[in-house]
This record gives sequence, C-alpha cells and structure tokens, in this order.
Amino acid sequence: MAATALPERRRPLGDRIRSAILPTFTGLVVVYLFLPIVVMAVFGFNDIEGRFNFTWQGFTLDHWASLFNRYPALNQALLNSLIVASISTLVATALGTLIGLALTRYEFRGRGPLNLLIFLPIATPEIVLGASLLALFVSVGVARDITTITIAHIMFNISFVVVTVRARIAGFDRALEEAAMDLGADELTTFRKVTFPLIFPGILAAGLLAFALSIDDFVITQFTAGQTTTFPLWVYGASRIGVPPQVNVMGTLIFLIALVGIVLWVALQRRDMTARPTTLER
Amino acid sequence: MPSWLRHHKGLVPYLFLVPGGLFLVLFFVIPLITAVSVALQEGSLGTGYRLTFNFAVFPEAIARWDEQLLRSLQYGLIVTVLTMLIGYPMAYTIAFRGGRYKNILLLFVIMPFFTSFIIRTISWKFILADQGFVLGTLKDIGILDAGFRLLATPVAVISGITYNFLPFVVLPLYVALERIDPRLIEAATDLYASRLQAFLRVTLPLSISGVFAASLLSFIPATGDYLNAELLGSRNETMIGNVIQRLYLVNNDYPQASALSLILMLGILVSVFVYRRILRGQELTV
Repeated sequence: MAATALPERRRPLGDRIRSAILPTFTGLVVVYLFLPIVVMAVFGFNDIEGRFNFTWQGFTLDHWASLFNRYPALNQALLNSLIVASISTLVATALGTLIGLALTRYEFRGRGPLNLLIFLPIATPEIVLGASLLALFVSVGVARDITTITIAHIMFNISFVVVTVRARIAGFDRALEEAAMDLGADELTTFRKVTFPLIFPGILAAGLLAFALSIDDFVITQFTAGQTTTFPLWVYGASRIGVPPQVNVMGTLIFLIALVGIVLWVALQRRDMTARPTTLER
Repeated sequence: MPSWLRHHKGLVPYLFLVPGGLFLVLFFVIPLITAVSVALQEGSLGTGYRLTFNFAVFPEAIARWDEQLLRSLQYGLIVTVLTMLIGYPMAYTIAFRGGRYKNILLLFVIMPFFTSFIIRTISWKFILADQGFVLGTLKDIGILDAGFRLLATPVAVISGITYNFLPFVVLPLYVALERIDPRLIEAATDLYASRLQAFLRVTLPLSISGVFAASLLSFIPATGDYLNAELLGSRNETMIGNVIQRLYLVNNDYPQASALSLILMLGILVSVFVYRRILRGQELTV
C-alpha cells in the first residue's frame, strides 16, 4: 500500500508503466469478451437481401420489425426453449434445494456416495451425458421430443442447483434458527420465517443459473431432441445455409433482457443488504 | 410435521434427498450403465442388437479414432493453459485492484453468457472469415497475404474454445484470490520478498484451490467440445466429440459411439485424478 500513498506524478515512470500493465490487460480481455457480442448486435442492423450476412451492406431496422413474422419455425423453437427452461428450472431448483438442505443440515449415512452422485454430472462432458441419455432412450424405445429434452435439462441442472444452494446455506449462522426456537417458534415456523428468507437468495441464484444453462444448452439437447427444435438447435441448423439477421436481433434482444434483469437483481440485492442489518439490529 | 415423522427424525434427510437423488440415478447413472451395455452389443439398426460382451470394441475404437482422441486431449490442454494465462491476471486484477469497479468487472466477465453459446461461436466464424471485415480489410490494405486464413485452422478452433470457457476460469479464480488477506502479501514484501517471490510463495499457493477448480471447468468441457471444431474448423481439426456426434446421430453406430463416449469420460476422469495428485504434491512442498 506504500506505493499508492505517494502522489501519482511523483512516482517514477517505470513504476507507473508497471502498475498500468494489469489494468490494461484486463481491459483488453474485456474487449475480447465483448467482440463477438458487438458483432452479433451490429449485423442485426445489416441491410442484406436473403441470408448472406457476412459483409456490411448498410443500416436497416427491417430485421427488428420483422423479428417474429419472418421465420415461424424460429418462433416455435424459441417457445420450446422457454418451456423447457421454465419447467426444468422449477423442478431442478426444487429437487436440488432439498438435497442441498439435507447435505448441510442433517447427519445421515451415505453422504459420500451422494456427494459423488452430485459431483459426477458436473465433471462429465456434456456430450457423454447426452450420448448416454440417447443410449437409454433408444434402448427403452422412448420417442424423443420436448419431454425427453426437459428430463435431460432437469438432470444436468440438479447438480448445479445443489452446489449453489449448499454454498449459501454453509455460510449461514445456525444460531439465528436456535434463537427463533428459543423464542417459542416451532420447526415449521422457524423454517418459514427464518431459514427460508435467509437461503432464498441462494435458491434464486441457483434458479437463475439453471435457467441460463437450460436456455443456452446445445449439446445435450441435440442428443435428446429427436425432431423437436429449440432456439440453439434452430440457429445451428440455420448456420449451414446462412444465419438470417433475425437471429442476430433475437440474440441482441435476449442479451438486453438478461442485462436489464441482472442490473435490477444487483440493485435489489444492494438495497436488501443495506436494509437487512438495520432491521436485525433493532 | 406428521407424528410418524416426529418419531423417526432420522428419516427426514432421506425424504429431502430421495426425489432428486432418484432422478439422478434414473437419468444419469442408468444411462451410463446403458451406454456400457450398448457398447458391448453387436449388430445394426436394421437387424437389431444383441449383447455379446464384445469388449474388443474399446481397443478397436481407440485404434480407429486415436488421432481425434489425442487431438481432443491436446486441444483441451492447450485451451486450459491459455484460459489460465488470460484468466489468472484478470481475476487477480479484479480481486486486488478492482476497487469499486469489482462488481462491474465481474458483470463484464459473465456478459458472454447473456448471448447464446452458438451465436457467439457463429460470431467468431464471422470475425475470422477469409473475406470478412477483419481479414478482408487487412488483405485489402496489403498487411496480410491474400492466401492467409484463420478459419478452418487449429488456431481458429482453439481460440474459439478458449473464448467460450474463459469466463468459467475467471470466476473460481476470482473467488479464491478474493479470499486472500492482502496483509499476507504485504507481510511477505515487508520481509524483503521480491514481488515475484511474494506472488510465487504466497499468492499462488493460497489460490491453488481456485486454480484446480478453474482448470477442471476449462479442461472438461474443452476436451469434449465439438461445436467449435465443426463451425470454425475443417476436417483436419475434428475432435472426438465430432466423431461421437456423427456416429450417434448420423451413422447410428450406437456401439462404437457409446464406447467412444465412455473412453472420453474415463480419459478425463483419469487426467483429473492425476492432476489432483500433482497439485497436492505442489501444495506440500510450498
């Protein structure tokens, strides 16, 4: 800290250059991370005819205007993605939260095998998960459709939910629950009024993660989809003949929605964090 | 709480974990077992399959696809090293120099997740295209030779995978580095350690858990990836994922495909195990 205490201009040039290296590097990496997103957004405004969207032809808002009425199959694919993501998020968050609670708050036999059962799906490449599920569905003779996609998504989401929720529960003070019980609350009331509100941010974070993983999943979906298409599958299919600019527009739109969502969520959390301690202190 | 449960408190945790656990057994464990059994079958889609315990399928598959297996492992390792070289300094900067920009920088790191994995990869195809707006322009000015190309080369595939998994590396590294008390590093420099020594003997060892988690999060998906090789590569960059995908979804050669996916999984598990041993050894010597 001694170095930063000196006024900026008195420090030798070599030092200043050296201390600028890391921030500059980080800035460049941020640019690198943003580059494909910017390209996607810009080419959603490209005034092209047909689907050959590779060189800049001029500015237009046509693709934004015709977003939902140019490719009906794309709408259906997007709808499928939203359905699969919603259902798999709800189910996986419920199942995963219960496992997270069991793992952090109870002593029981079989903890080791359970931990392995949670860890292995995360440590297995997606293609192996997808291929194995396909092997099962083919062997049993189950037709692949939106149901099998949803089952697959619930499966890979459970582990991520458990890990996220567990991290949240592990960091919380059991004394708060004991205090509630000492003050005469029964177990259910304690859970409802103390435990659940405290772990809720963890559950919400797990749910958001599950939704994001599901709506973007390509590999496992490709193996379990049959003839059904989701948004990533449709884009993949389209990429063979040229991705229409409507896909860029939709990608930009999803990006903006996610961005607004996360900014709101951070703002809410910040308000929560400043509000909570004072109410507890009183 | 019903009274029978009150009398058997030990059952509560099992009630909590049975639904999810059962789901994982049904749709993770059983599929893996099915994959093993499918690998050991012989036959074809037309004539039907019979379980013949054909263990020869494993050495056969390795011999036939050894090039793609090795290439996947090689690309996986290169990507892991690259993501670490890019991700560690970035996570370090955010953790120690981020100040009030910490949260916004972290938001930047996860920003790529807000667009689809596949759209990002197609975007790269776009950026790297032979006559695209980058290479095309450079060629027009005369900086690059007209024959120069990035698309359909290992460089394109490896940088595509690196891009995709970089955020997965930065986050766990950040978490590990953020936990380090900066006073420990100050103490080291106060005791006349050079900056490099302080980094190598204090910061790095304290962040080794993050390094381990981060490299797994990069190595595992990178080795199994096939989308980048398909969209950004040519036939010379085919990875094992491409082979599995083609055997399964195009050729319907289920036994070979199952065998290969199991080999991939085993190969990754063994690498992870060896890697953990190496890192542990390192921890002990510091």
